[in-house]
Amino acid sequence: MSVKARLIPSGSQTVGPFFRIGLQPLVDEAPACDADATDRITIRGRVLDRDSAPVPDALLEFWSADRDGAADQDGFAEGFQRTATDLDGNFSVTMRRPAPVALGDGAWQAPHLLVLVFARGLMRHLISRVYFDGESANASDVVLLGVPAARRCTLTALREAENSFCWDVILQGEQETVFFAW
Amino acid sequence: MIELSNVETAVPGTQPEYHFPPYVSSIARSPRMPLVVLPETLTERTGPRFGPRLVRNGDNDLTAHHSGEPIGERIFVHGRVLDEDARPVRGALIEVWQANAAGRYRHKVDAHDAPLDPNFAGAGRTLTDEDGYYWFKTIKPGPYPWGNHHNAWRPAHIHFSLFGAGILSRLVTQMYFPGDPLQPLDPIFNSIPDEAARMRLVSSLDMKRAQPDYALAYIFDIVLRGRSDTPFEENHR
Repeated sequence: MSVKARLIPSGSQTVGPFFRIGLQPLVDEAPACDADATDRITIRGRVLDRDSAPVPDALLEFWSADRDGAADQDGFAEGFQRTATDLDGNFSVTMRRPAPVALGDGAWQAPHLLVLVFARGLMRHLISRVYFDGESANASDVVLLGVPAARRCTLTALREAENSFCWDVILQGEQETVFFAW
Repeated sequence: MIELSNVETAVPGTQPEYHFPPYVSSIARSPRMPLVVLPETLTERTGPRFGPRLVRNGDNDLTAHHSGEPIGERIFVHGRVLDEDARPVRGALIEVWQANAAGRYRHKVDAHDAPLDPNFAGAGRTLTDEDGYYWFKTIKPGPYPWGNHHNAWRPAHIHFSLFGAGILSRLVTQMYFPGDPLQPLDPIFNSIPDEAARMRLVSSLDMKRAQPDYALAYIFDIVLRGRSDTPFEENHR
């Protein structure tokens, strides 16, 4: 590998409780999902702490890598959505249903979204993934298979209706959501 | 079998730990179970890109957009966004937010008994240029009390949010000011164990960029994870 000195990435600091001042515009300005109703999914859920108390000041960002992420005509990135929790810790996001994502050599990952979780109390954001209940490809997904079997369910959104899923983010405790090292 | 490398983890000490009891809010909100190793796939190697039309002229001037001038010390904040190989990150979206000169945020949750400024909202954004360069014009934010412990005060800071070449480059941080005596007392600032890494969040006074008879300037360079190998700045489709 390279022996050239590399710069150290800048340190992370918490998003704090007042992030809506600067980060809300990207929520408000996101174009409505233009996918057909059958191709559109809604994920709703709650962000909860150790005591199952709602986290009313969490910010979630969803990244879908099945598109190329390029900016649209208004400068907004495709495949990206940001949302924040309400006073009861609830969030909701509507996106184009993710397609399988290439893994290489003709192999595929199950449809999924990468999720970033920011909140007061988190000095550095958390990285998770959300998969979808009932997808047969989940059983052979390389990332899910790397997660202890008993915890895989924390990465799977449950189907509530045809295109509606429920997925909670539990920051700490027995049912803690799987977060990845980075 | 496809060989995948794992997502790299940070150099020890250069990033805060999730569980940092001096910052009380971290206690019930930080994971305790082991973080799981994540193979680096297309999902991790790609990320959202934002175009120039998202940002309007003047979005990087926090002193504008109101009928009058905000109260406080007018400053420029500028610098470069670089990747780990010291290459400029072009077209990086930067969003900033901050308290006003009195240490008060324009946010309903902020109960600090200090005046709001009708001429200051405290939000701005910009995209870096071809050299990874950015600048903002703003007001130096004031320190403010918070409930973490008895007589806790945050040092003056500006919140920064950045998108780089891929989703793993994502960074939310805070920029501090040189010589602030509150920094050694602040658990958030001190959550980064490595002193050199911590001090890289402190901007420097920059008299070259300061505008005589108008405004001082502070320089704040930011390093994002990863390498900007892939075209990033433009819509290439």
